[in-house]
Amino acid sequence: MAKNTESNLYTVIFATVMVLIVGTILAFLASSLKGKINENKRIEKQQNILYAMGINENDESSAIFVAKENVESEFSKYIEKQIVIQGDDIIEDENAYLIDIKKETAAAKDPSYVRRLPLFIGKKDNKNFYIVPVRGKGLWDAIWGYVAIDNQLIIEGVYFDHKGETPGLGSNIKERFFMDDFKGEHIMDNGLFKGISVSKSNADPKNMRKTDFAVDAIAGSTITGDGLAAMLKKDLKMYVPYLKTLKQ
Amino acid sequence: MGVLSKKDLKLITDPLADNNPITIQVLGICSALAITAELKASIVMSIAVLFVMGLGNFTISLMRNIIPPKIRIIVQLIVVATLVIIVDLVLKAFAYELSKTLSVFVGLIITNCIIMGRFEAFALANGPIRSFIDGVGNALGYALILIIVGFFRELLGSGTLLGFKVLGNPIEKTGVYAYGYENNGFMLLAPMALITVGIIIWVQRSRNTDLIEDN
Repeated sequence: MAKNTESNLYTVIFATVMVLIVGTILAFLASSLKGKINENKRIEKQQNILYAMGINENDESSAIFVAKENVESEFSKYIEKQIVIQGDDIIEDENAYLIDIKKETAAAKDPSYVRRLPLFIGKKDNKNFYIVPVRGKGLWDAIWGYVAIDNQLIIEGVYFDHKGETPGLGSNIKERFFMDDFKGEHIMDNGLFKGISVSKSNADPKNMRKTDFAVDAIAGSTITGDGLAAMLKKDLKMYVPYLKTLKQ
Repeated sequence: MGVLSKKDLKLITDPLADNNPITIQVLGICSALAITAELKASIVMSIAVLFVMGLGNFTISLMRNIIPPKIRIIVQLIVVATLVIIVDLVLKAFAYELSKTLSVFVGLIITNCIIMGRFEAFALANGPIRSFIDGVGNALGYALILIIVGFFRELLGSGTLLGFKVLGNPIEKTGVYAYGYENNGFMLLAPMALITVGIIIWVQRSRNTDLIEDN
C-alpha cells in the first residue's frame, strides 16, 4: 500500500481527523464525568471546612479528612450557619460554601461590584468557629485554604491546598508540620489587623511565640510561602470588620 | 505471548543500566531535578511515567505508518497529552484523592522528554509490542534514577524517608540529631539533584569504562 504521507493534503487531512477524534473523545469523557467530578469537589470543600475547625481523623503525623460517607452528616452537625457578607448586608445562605472565590475575586476588580464574602460558622464543644475561605497565588499556580478563627480572633486551625506547587517543597503547605503551626496564632495586634507572615528568620521552630504574627517557613519554598502570607493578609482583612463585632 | 525473547528482555534491562535514559541518554533531566526532593513524589512520578510511556509508545507504534512526518512531533504531543488528560479525568471521577496527588505531575509528564525521545527513537520504527516493552523498560530506568536521587535528597535534606523521621527529630534533638547532626537544606534545592545525578553518572562510568565517550 503506497501512501504519500509527505503530501500537504494528506498532512492537513490527517491533522483534521486526528483533532476531531481526540476532541470528541475528550469532550465526551469530560462531559460524562463532569457530574461525578463536581460532586467530588463539593465533598472536598466540606471536608476542608471541617478540617480547619478541627473535625478530622488525623493520626500522629498526617492530615486525614472525615470519611467521604460521613461528611454530609458531620457538615450539617457542626456547621451551624453559613452567611454571606456583602457590603453591610449579612445574608444567611446554606449553600454559601459553594461560592466560587476565584470568580468573586475576578468580579471584584470592577469597583462597582460589591463582593460576596462567604463565612461558615461552626460549633464544637460549645465554642464558635468562624471559618474564612482564602485564595491566592503560589509559585506556579493557585493556592487556597480555609482558616478557622475564634471570637477572640485567634486562629484555631487551617487547611491549605494548592494546584501545582513544587512536590516536596511548596507542596508541603498542606502538610501537618506546616499547618499545625498556625494554631493559636494571633492575627490582631491591639485592634490592628496584622495577618500572619511566613518567616525564614523568626527562629521559632517549635512555634512557641503565638503573638509574633509569623510561622516558620518551609525550606526551599520562599515564593509559595510569601504567596501564602500575602493571601492570608489580603483575604482575612476583608473579614476583619465583621470578626471585630464578635469580640464584645 | 509467552516468555520474553532474549531480544525483548534486553529492551527492559538495557535502560536499567548501560542505556539508562537519564544517565546515558541524558533525557528527562528536568523532571529528575524538579520532583526528587521527596521519595514519595519520585515514586508517584515514576509510576505515572511508566503508564504513559508504555501506552504512548504502543499507540505511536500502531500509528507509525500513517503519521505524516512533517507533523510527527505535534502528533506525538497530542497522543501524550490525550493519554494524560484521560487518566487525570478518570482519576478525578473515581479516585479523587489520588488525582490530587498526581495533578502536580500532569504538566511534567506531558513535557517529559524521555517520552518524546522514545517515541522518536523507537516507537516510530518498531512494532507495537516491542515498543510497549521499550517504553516500560525506559520508564523503569527513569524510575531507578529518580528513586535513588529522591532517597538521598529526602534522607540528607529532611532526615526523613517517605515522611517517616528515620534519623530522629531535628527539633526535639533525638536520634542522630542528639550528636550534633544537622539536615542539609541545600539537598532540597535543585542544584543538589543535578550533582546527585552527576555522582551517579560518575559511579556508573567508572565501573563500566566503555560508556565513556572519547572526544
